[in-house]
Amino acid sequence: MKLEMRDQPGQLVAALQPISAVGGNIIAVIHQRETPAATKALDVQIVLELPEGRLARLLELLREQGVNVVRIGEERLLYECTLIMIGHLMHTDLSDTVDRIDTTGSAEVTELSLVMPAISSPSSARITIRSTTRDEMKKAIRILRSVAEQKDLLIIEPLEDA
Amino acid sequence: MMRIAILGFGSVGRGIARAILAKNLDITVTGLADSRSGIIDPAGIDLLAALDRKGNGDPCGNPGVSPADVVAKADYDVLVEVTPTNVDDGEPALGHIRGALRRGKHVVTSNKGPIALAYPELRDLAAANGVFLKYEATVCGAIPLIHAMQEGLAGNTLSRLYGVFNGTCNYILTRMAEDALTYEQALAEARELGYAEADPTYDVEGIDAAIKLVILANTILDMQTTLDDVERTGITLLTPEALRLAEDQDCTIRLIGEIVPEAGVLRVSPRIVSKTHPLVVEGTLNAVTVETDLAGDLTFIGKGAGSMETASAVIGDLLYIHDRYVQGS
Repeated sequence: MKLEMRDQPGQLVAALQPISAVGGNIIAVIHQRETPAATKALDVQIVLELPEGRLARLLELLREQGVNVVRIGEERLLYECTLIMIGHLMHTDLSDTVDRIDTTGSAEVTELSLVMPAISSPSSARITIRSTTRDEMKKAIRILRSVAEQKDLLIIEPLEDA
Repeated sequence: MMRIAILGFGSVGRGIARAILAKNLDITVTGLADSRSGIIDPAGIDLLAALDRKGNGDPCGNPGVSPADVVAKADYDVLVEVTPTNVDDGEPALGHIRGALRRGKHVVTSNKGPIALAYPELRDLAAANGVFLKYEATVCGAIPLIHAMQEGLAGNTLSRLYGVFNGTCNYILTRMAEDALTYEQALAEARELGYAEADPTYDVEGIDAAIKLVILANTILDMQTTLDDVERTGITLLTPEALRLAEDQDCTIRLIGEIVPEAGVLRVSPRIVSKTHPLVVEGTLNAVTVETDLAGDLTFIGKGAGSMETASAVIGDLLYIHDRYVQGS
């Protein structure tokens, strides 16, 4: 999520405190010094992660602190992870495999490339999952692992985390 | 002058003999045994003649002399145990190593079985007898990984260790990616070139890599693990299509062994790796990255197998002992 506010004295400090108060995690604070002088106040962008359902409370706290929030840019699915699956993907109901992740509500399959070289030989797929938090991604991968075990599929995970 | 007895006169044992002949290492071989024969000679064995006999398909020594005789009776400072690995019970190497340590002899080994199965016991036995037990050659051949972690990185805390521990798998995956070979085609090619055994199970199912993880976990990271603790997936089910799908994203697939001490992770599995990652090495090379608190990340790359390459690790251990413990040199 991205918050933008005017850079008036004291506003930044006033903005950071409520974020931690609602359990948010600050990823970056960006000062835009190039903003035309005419606007007088400078823009500050704060990129942060916020647990589900805390945004209203955060905005309330920010208003109490006198912080003027200019714009909220929400990117819900922040984390991305690409894996490869090998096995009888169609015969083991690929759409069910995808559904098991999508039904979590906090992670979803956003891309799928499937290669089926020949009937009865195993197919290979590259699957991209996006999620709201790192923990949700770990959960999605755990789900995929257990589905793979049930359906006798091989899952190839990336070396590095999402 | 340091006197050594060599058990095992296969690829590694012969590599050691050739290095001793070629270089002035201040090492004399007073005992030598292969599976069929042995020689004990306090004055020093003629290694060239022993290599010739072996080259002609003959036993290296006298059929009446067994490895156990060499361990018990030869006059040596260091036992060099370089027989093939037995992962089930480590024998007969384990018994020979115990015998030498009990005689107050240092031991240098390339044999993964005894170190993976019985390291704490052997370490204590060596300490009780005031001698050294060294095993650099058990992990990643020529790469001085154990020495680097025990000496060069002393004082660091390792948060993660991961890498390519098996040259056979790395060769197969390299070839599958390069020329879109199937697993079976790449394996056949690896066999032809002598990179894979007739029965490749030990390599392609990730067992060899898993044993190396157990050795590193138990000897360097103070974990107490066995082969059964390693979550293991091999490369036999990989398809050329999977490699192509990885390739589409500037990635490839490698068999990666990984230890995360804090999380108790011990895992060998094929993983998607960016092609620009330093672990993506070609052919039979090995590569290992360690993440540490003081030194940051370090990646070691080198030959993980081979006669002279493995001999290099054994000789490094021998000279380490030579410099510290052998009198009158």
